[in-house]
Amino acid sequence: MNYIKDTLALSGRLIKHNLRSLDTIITVVAMPVMILLAMVYLFGGAIQIDGLQHDEYVQYVLPGILLITIATGSAYTALRINLDKTGGMFDRFRSMPISKSAVLSGHVLASIVFMLTSTTIVLVVGFLIGFRTSASPLEWLYIILLVVGFAIMVTWLSVPFALAASSVDGASAFSYLVLALLFVSSAFAPTNKMPAALEAFAKHQPMTNIIATIRNLFASNSVGADGWLSIVWLIGITLVSWWVGVKIYNRV
Amino acid sequence: MENKIVVKGVNNSFKKNQVLKGVNLTVKSGSIYALLGANGSGKSTLLKIITGLHAMDSGEVFINDLEITHNPRRIRQTFSLNSQTTTTDEILTGFENLQLIAKLRHLPNTDEVADKLLAQFDLTEARDRRVATYSGGMQRRLDIAMSLVGEPEILFLDEPTTGLDPKSRNDLWAAILDLKQRGKTIFLTTQYLEEADQLADQIGFLQNGHIVATGTPAEMKQLGGHSRLQLIFPTTDAIESAQKILLDFNMSVGTDGSLLIDLTDGVTTSLKALTLLSNHDIPISSFQVLAPTLDDTFMQLIKEA
Ligand SMILES: Nc1ncnc2c1ncn2[C@@H]1O[C@H](COP(=O)(O)OP(=O)(O)OP(=O)(O)O)[C@@H](O)[C@H]1O
Ligand SMILES: [Mg+2]
Repeated sequence: MNYIKDTLALSGRLIKHNLRSLDTIITVVAMPVMILLAMVYLFGGAIQIDGLQHDEYVQYVLPGILLITIATGSAYTALRINLDKTGGMFDRFRSMPISKSAVLSGHVLASIVFMLTSTTIVLVVGFLIGFRTSASPLEWLYIILLVVGFAIMVTWLSVPFALAASSVDGASAFSYLVLALLFVSSAFAPTNKMPAALEAFAKHQPMTNIIATIRNLFASNSVGADGWLSIVWLIGITLVSWWVGVKIYNRV
Repeated sequence: MENKIVVKGVNNSFKKNQVLKGVNLTVKSGSIYALLGANGSGKSTLLKIITGLHAMDSGEVFINDLEITHNPRRIRQTFSLNSQTTTTDEILTGFENLQLIAKLRHLPNTDEVADKLLAQFDLTEARDRRVATYSGGMQRRLDIAMSLVGEPEILFLDEPTTGLDPKSRNDLWAAILDLKQRGKTIFLTTQYLEEADQLADQIGFLQNGHIVATGTPAEMKQLGGHSRLQLIFPTTDAIESAQKILLDFNMSVGTDGSLLIDLTDGVTTSLKALTLLSNHDIPISSFQVLAPTLDDTFMQLIKEA
């Protein structure tokens, strides 16, 4: 009971951080929106997607943009965890009679809330510029679960990096790794248009599975093998980074 | 229980640098203990070990008769640590900082507690401003206020008055004495010997990994040497003649040209010296007895090392 109260109090603090720093909001919401607009209005016409009209490119690209929003947000998750470690805030909390893990849980919870809020904003922008979906309530539920799962995964993935880094810059660098994975996936164009070596990688990495699943759900298509592959990837990566993260946390 | 904090044989090394080599000390319930020592002597390290933030290599620490590693959560209920570095949240307001700590301590009336502490530390006017806009001393005051939330039985303060102006320092001293009045136990470190002198019931001096001297402020001052008689003369001629006459005394010349005589025999020595000077008609502008200070002890102990 106290664990939950403490986690809520601590995440409340971090949500205030996110709301009060303008650069956080601008980076995490505006950047994905810019990419979305650029892809749809500038480059979209040049990318040929089988079975889609040029002006329907937004249907193709939006799922990837949602994940990019989450990945961008993780840079701030890492930053805030690292600041608390190096600035002594962790020590203050840990000398108090609260559960040690509530301190980390507070960060995780605030991060997920922030990521989902910014994703929702980007999704709304998508609808405004013509994104349409035929997803049923059940398919929507599936999409939401995947997006939440992705936010949880990326958040936990940032924890070990944030705790191990000795500086703020190092802490947020890892988010470029996730962003790079997203760029080398089917987020913007089908993998079969890529050079062979890149294609082999892009086809089999988790981002492609997850994006394809969300894309198919939005279009009410069957998800095929991508569906369970996404779930396996999400749970697997989350568990590994959770395990490593908690191990490092108990040592710092 | 009489002993609130008991530290037994605590050892700690950072790689090859052995900082603590078997530290022993006890702090009585309801008293103020001041830990002194040069920079880098390991004061902060010891505080971190006692409060469970840093694992020691060997040794034992008891708080309220409980070994700290056995029931850390329950022990943390009893104390609060104010570390040497200011740890306030710059993005929150002063009020929100205090409110957060009050929530985490599960107090029922968080807002009241926060406002009361803001008033006590002269921060009411800055209540709703982000801490980033506070001056260094204001941040330090808020930092200490945060450590007083919920008034735990034991308070660990690592150099609490560093960076405070004289008024804030006096206020904090009053606050610390008030907490003691109400039965709290306080363990502080300080670089200001006057602070230890004013506040402490017991002083410990940490050096080369050990507590090399411990006692009440009065006892500690004795270690620094004797009282001294300071003589001030109107002319340089007078000083020179006085030096000749007082050759048998243990004497030194102060930086201001005054003569300092070690009172090895207390009052008797000063009477002898003054009588001699008066017998030789040497004029004196003024004289006074200087009691030994903690500074003397501090310098003495460091010299002996
Ligand atoms: N995390 C650390 N890693 C390596 N060495 C450390 C660490 N923390 C402290 N030390 C070393 O331990 C020694 C004691 O440091 P500590 O901070 O306890 O001293 P202190 O008495 O509090 O000094 P000050 O009066 O300057 O605050 C120093 O030599 C310091 O360099
Ligand atoms: Mg220190």
